[in-house]
Amino acid sequence: MIDTLKERPISPVSERVTTTVGTDEERVTAALATFGKTDALSASAWLRAIRESARKKAGELGFPTTNDEEWRFTNVSPVLQLPLHPAAPDRERVTRKDVERFGFGLDSYRLVFVNGHFSQDLSLLPAAGTDFQMGSLAAQLKSGSAELEKHLTRHAHYDDNFFAALNTAFFQDGAYVFVAADKTVPKPVHLLFIGAGSETGATVFPRSLIIAQRGVHVKIVESHVSLSDLPVVSAAVTELVLGAEAEIEHCKVQQESERAFHIATVQAVQEKDSRWTSHSIATGARLARNNVQTLFGASGASAVLNGLYLGHADQLIDHHTVVDHAQPRCESHEFYHGILADRAHGVFNGKIFVRQDAQKTNAKQTNRNLLLSDNAVMDTKPQLEIYADDVKCTHGAAIGQLSDEAIFYLRARGIGVDLARRMLIQAFASDVIERIGIEPVRVELAKMLGERFQST
Amino acid sequence: MLDIRNLCAGVDGTPILKNLNLQVGPGEVHAIMGPNGSGKSTLAQVLAGKSEYEVTGGEVIFNGTDLLEMKPEDRARAGVFLAFQYPVEIPGVNCTAFLKAALNECRKSRGETELDAVEFLQLVKKKTQLLELDQALLNRSLNEGFSGGEKKRNEIFQMAVLEPKLAILDETDSGLDIDALRVVASGVNKLRRPDNATLVITHYQRLLNYIVPDVVHVLVHGRIVKSGGKELAMELEERGYDWILETVAANGKA
Repeated sequence: MIDTLKERPISPVSERVTTTVGTDEERVTAALATFGKTDALSASAWLRAIRESARKKAGELGFPTTNDEEWRFTNVSPVLQLPLHPAAPDRERVTRKDVERFGFGLDSYRLVFVNGHFSQDLSLLPAAGTDFQMGSLAAQLKSGSAELEKHLTRHAHYDDNFFAALNTAFFQDGAYVFVAADKTVPKPVHLLFIGAGSETGATVFPRSLIIAQRGVHVKIVESHVSLSDLPVVSAAVTELVLGAEAEIEHCKVQQESERAFHIATVQAVQEKDSRWTSHSIATGARLARNNVQTLFGASGASAVLNGLYLGHADQLIDHHTVVDHAQPRCESHEFYHGILADRAHGVFNGKIFVRQDAQKTNAKQTNRNLLLSDNAVMDTKPQLEIYADDVKCTHGAAIGQLSDEAIFYLRARGIGVDLARRMLIQAFASDVIERIGIEPVRVELAKMLGERFQST
Repeated sequence: MLDIRNLCAGVDGTPILKNLNLQVGPGEVHAIMGPNGSGKSTLAQVLAGKSEYEVTGGEVIFNGTDLLEMKPEDRARAGVFLAFQYPVEIPGVNCTAFLKAALNECRKSRGETELDAVEFLQLVKKKTQLLELDQALLNRSLNEGFSGGEKKRNEIFQMAVLEPKLAILDETDSGLDIDALRVVASGVNKLRRPDNATLVITHYQRLLNYIVPDVVHVLVHGRIVKSGGKELAMELEERGYDWILETVAANGKA
């Protein structure tokens, strides 16, 4: 079932920046040169080679346009209109109080990044001598490790993804979490990326690597927030490696300023009987694109991909998921909900590969959308490629409005029309929120949704 | 309490209610019976304020105010309650939270203080006993996955909590087995007070064995063609609606 509503190009960012001129190609070349100037991570030869190849690839791929199938509904050209440059560290712009505000009241380890740069002062790290490591990826790269070389940049492919290529070529820092086999992490780990950019076009490339070896259970919250309200760009990549029987719950919360551009890839790779639960909660940014992808590298693995996107005003929020059933007896469940008000535009593309060997695959995908205004637009597209014959795959997409019957029922009990609408919207959202297993985050997000819909 | 005068209403330009007149006083139970398509449910929906139905004439005075001028929520707050024929399933809206919001909206409008969680739960406990309602249902989403009987019980339970002045039961007996029917009817009877009134809309006489009406009206082609005591219901049960339809047709010709 394909429900594709009318296409609508997004309008360009309100403020035109005239410092960038020339063709798209010239702009890309200029951007590559600008980002290439500040590479502090050239210590290891292996990484240097990869970065050089990624940079070349970015040049070859060129900036995506709506002619690219992967970007058909999402016009990222406003990004290229910005005077792109590496964001300054600006660590002093962020206070402890700011950090607490974004902490979900969660008792967690916390890795804080300001404009993509690690801030030791603002972070909460485990005491030395624990069974696991976490901290700055840049620092880890300096000391070097076999795990890094084995995994970093090896999973999130950049040969067909311009922004992942940019990130790979130019990332300066990000989170590194490593938990050795059968070790326990007593608290969730919160990766907090704060945008405090002071200039239009400031760009960050957060890069994170999470490794959970055999049998490890770990909960990760990855949140992206803004302290400034300028058109800045964040192109993030997170790689998650799940060893056999490992379980990662990864909750990504994107609440950036509504003038920011957020383009991210989350790539998991899963060993035998591992379990990945992914939540992508997206409420911020002028334009947000999330690639959420997993590769089943061995049998018996399972993935649950939940998503909730809320758009209002002129926001565009795009999710592209890829579940690659490369091995037999794996299970995937995708459950994405969107709520779009005003002139907001939502995009969902759910790709499921079932490879020839992947017998006994069970894949399920659901995308439901609530349009709160006549001018809101949703494009949704399931994309199933099935090469095995003994599989169970279902998918469904729906685009609808609040039910008049339900509103009337609530009103007939004395509930005013505004409250009735709000109750129904929140009910729709809570279907996804309820699935978050990290309670303070779930509670905080439910509260945030309530406040957001107060005015809807 | 309720005074319906020459009410005309329809949907999409098709007239359904034609000069309907009905007066219900406090403490009274009136039954409205009639064949399918006679306008019974339309009457219920018009009284509750469903916007799909267009009122083209007449008036409805409820305790001295013009009911038709009021929004659905204001009617509910003023004490009008419709037990739906088909209660709507609302996934994600918790039964208890919904009912607490509804009760407190009604209380607020009457200038009463809102109940807190503890007070509300005490009230709920008392009322669930009245309806022999499984309290576990109340932790679920509103009507979602409820059986037909559970939905109807939940309607009457809501009525018990909201304590309306005028309760309109729209085909509450449909889809109920005899045990459920007895429980629902006994709930309604326990809620009867000298200052509230009940309008029972039904196709069958069955429910009226348990909720005994003071007056029975027969609705045909959008108007009340015959009114009488509870024995009228018995007669309809025995003879069906045909003889009334024939009488109406004959009168129409004459």
